[in-house]
Amino acid sequence: MQLILEKRAERSKTVALVSPLIAIGLTIVTMTILFMVLGKNPISALYVYFIVPLTDGYSLQEIAVKATPLVMIAIGLSLCYLANAWNIGAEGQFLMGAVAGSWIAVKTQGTEAGHWVLPAMLLLGAVAGALYALIPAICKVRFGASEILTSLMLVYVADLLLDYLVRGPWRDPQGFNFPTTAEFDPVATVPTLIEGGRLHLGSILALIVVAAGAVLLGKTIKGFEIRVVGAAPRAARFGGFNANQLILLTFAISGALAGLAGIIEVAGPVGHLQPGISPGYGFTAIIVAFLGRLNPIGILIAGLFLALTFIGGEQAQITMKIPLDVTKVFQGILLFYVLACDSLILYRFRIVSSSPQVARGAH
Amino acid sequence: MELIEAIILSVLAASTPLLLAATGELVAERSGVLNLGVEGMMIVGAACGFGGAWLTGSIIIGALCGMLAGVLMSLLFAAMALGLAVNQVATGLALTIFGVGLSGLIGAGFVGERITPAPHLQIPFVTDIPLIGRILFGEDGFVYLSLALVAAVWWFLYRTRAGLILRACGDNHVSAHALGYPVLKIRMYAVMFGGACAGLAGAYLPLAYTPFFIPGMTAGRGWIALALTVFASWLPGRLVIGAYLFGAVTILQLHAQGAGIGIPSQFMSSLPYLATVIVLVLLSRARTGGSTAPAALGTVFVPDR
Repeated sequence: MQLILEKRAERSKTVALVSPLIAIGLTIVTMTILFMVLGKNPISALYVYFIVPLTDGYSLQEIAVKATPLVMIAIGLSLCYLANAWNIGAEGQFLMGAVAGSWIAVKTQGTEAGHWVLPAMLLLGAVAGALYALIPAICKVRFGASEILTSLMLVYVADLLLDYLVRGPWRDPQGFNFPTTAEFDPVATVPTLIEGGRLHLGSILALIVVAAGAVLLGKTIKGFEIRVVGAAPRAARFGGFNANQLILLTFAISGALAGLAGIIEVAGPVGHLQPGISPGYGFTAIIVAFLGRLNPIGILIAGLFLALTFIGGEQAQITMKIPLDVTKVFQGILLFYVLACDSLILYRFRIVSSSPQVARGAH
Repeated sequence: MELIEAIILSVLAASTPLLLAATGELVAERSGVLNLGVEGMMIVGAACGFGGAWLTGSIIIGALCGMLAGVLMSLLFAAMALGLAVNQVATGLALTIFGVGLSGLIGAGFVGERITPAPHLQIPFVTDIPLIGRILFGEDGFVYLSLALVAAVWWFLYRTRAGLILRACGDNHVSAHALGYPVLKIRMYAVMFGGACAGLAGAYLPLAYTPFFIPGMTAGRGWIALALTVFASWLPGRLVIGAYLFGAVTILQLHAQGAGIGIPSQFMSSLPYLATVIVLVLLSRARTGGSTAPAALGTVFVPDR
């Protein structure tokens, strides 16, 4: 008895559609077991995780707020992954965008600066994110250095730079020595959509990014080139597509989106720059990109789903004393199942009863 | 003089986890598998290693727990990347994300606890030789083990038939398969060896380096170990040089911070990471003539039947 993989003649469309759902189902089964191991009632734990956040307006807004950076970053990452360029340093680009945009907010603090401040911050955040992403991209196309390792190393560097700034030159003098800048002025803050609510303009921007991503991939030559370079590099070379240029382009776009998400997070929900502004959005966005099948609409849905788990995880910690790390375990398991189910699109499983040697002899 | 001795001792200690993890990854990569989950296997190894030692009071049981945890994690990777032919880069990332969460869950019970760290070798008179005595004969057991492991891996890869077959799988899995070698099985063993080494490397941190467990204590060492295999051009001997160079950068920046040379500590702390980027660029550039990487590294293999 042996399980073997057999290549399908073509990609299975049905499996492509249902595989994320199978993955979520398997993850929930695994989580049920995990909750039982932790000695918690799995039914009520799953209820707190997935249903409770959907039952009140505040949590629903909070889901949209958390989904905003996830979706923005994941759209950019999906372009990279489609082009077979492995940007895994979105977390660093997110932090760099936050730092660069905050620079304007800190420098204009308490001055008569007008309404140009916020647009300038968003622009600078996106530019900084793009430039920071271009470092590994250039190292890759110019010197052949692995973009996986370099982009990841730069996450630690960005984290330390932010730490230095808020403990040193940008620290709020009235902040009782806490490592944080002062609260940003109103002109340097992303406006909320509902008076007194949490939902902010960034969520609208995220929707625009989704639409732009869908147009880029579905309707433009560049989008076609990106998909061909990743799926069939040889065909792309025959077609005269410049793979290096596409690596630079996709890294720049994903860096810009991560940087934009960073400054929106700081100028919106957080309101000031401090360490720990991201609960790992840049890494969770990798899961969002894959769960969304590297498709913009899929990413929007996947982003909302993972945001739900963040909120549900916080609720479960408060009401059931379930550690926050369970959320990370959950996200990791989900990515495993998503990838495993994706294998079903290209291959079908078959159980053969004989050992491979015998099978070969029978040929 | 005592300062120099102390620096060398701490460099050796800082290098050992890098060397252990990189040696394991080198074997996996030589068989053609790129396991990016080293960081995840290490951090779970650290949590389980500390847990084992704290519960039993035995460093050796702790180290074994760490190794076992690393092997179990690597089997998860093998099931996905080898069994289901999933993209290795994505699977490795998943392993790291999963491992970071899992280690937090496992380690939650031991945060704040302390253990007696692994003892250092003490040979009467020999260890007391000035200058070289403590450096050569006064390390903890893991330091010697890591060096022996490198030598064993070198011998295995270049002096045994099994090592030759393993390298063949990494350079051309189609040919190896055509010759009748079980490519996927060999790769699975290589990945498991990598997992054991990564788990041990992670366990080294709370068992010998700092005698307590903190979440996220691997701090990117798994990724640096991955970079070291590139640095070493996939040759075991050069891993030693690479690991000790990186250990030296880590320790020297700490001493520079301690000496208060006026550069903000965060800039010094970022040095090992920046050094990794620079080294990767310089080495990849020097090697434009032809890559020394195993030719089939990171590619999916589904046997034809």
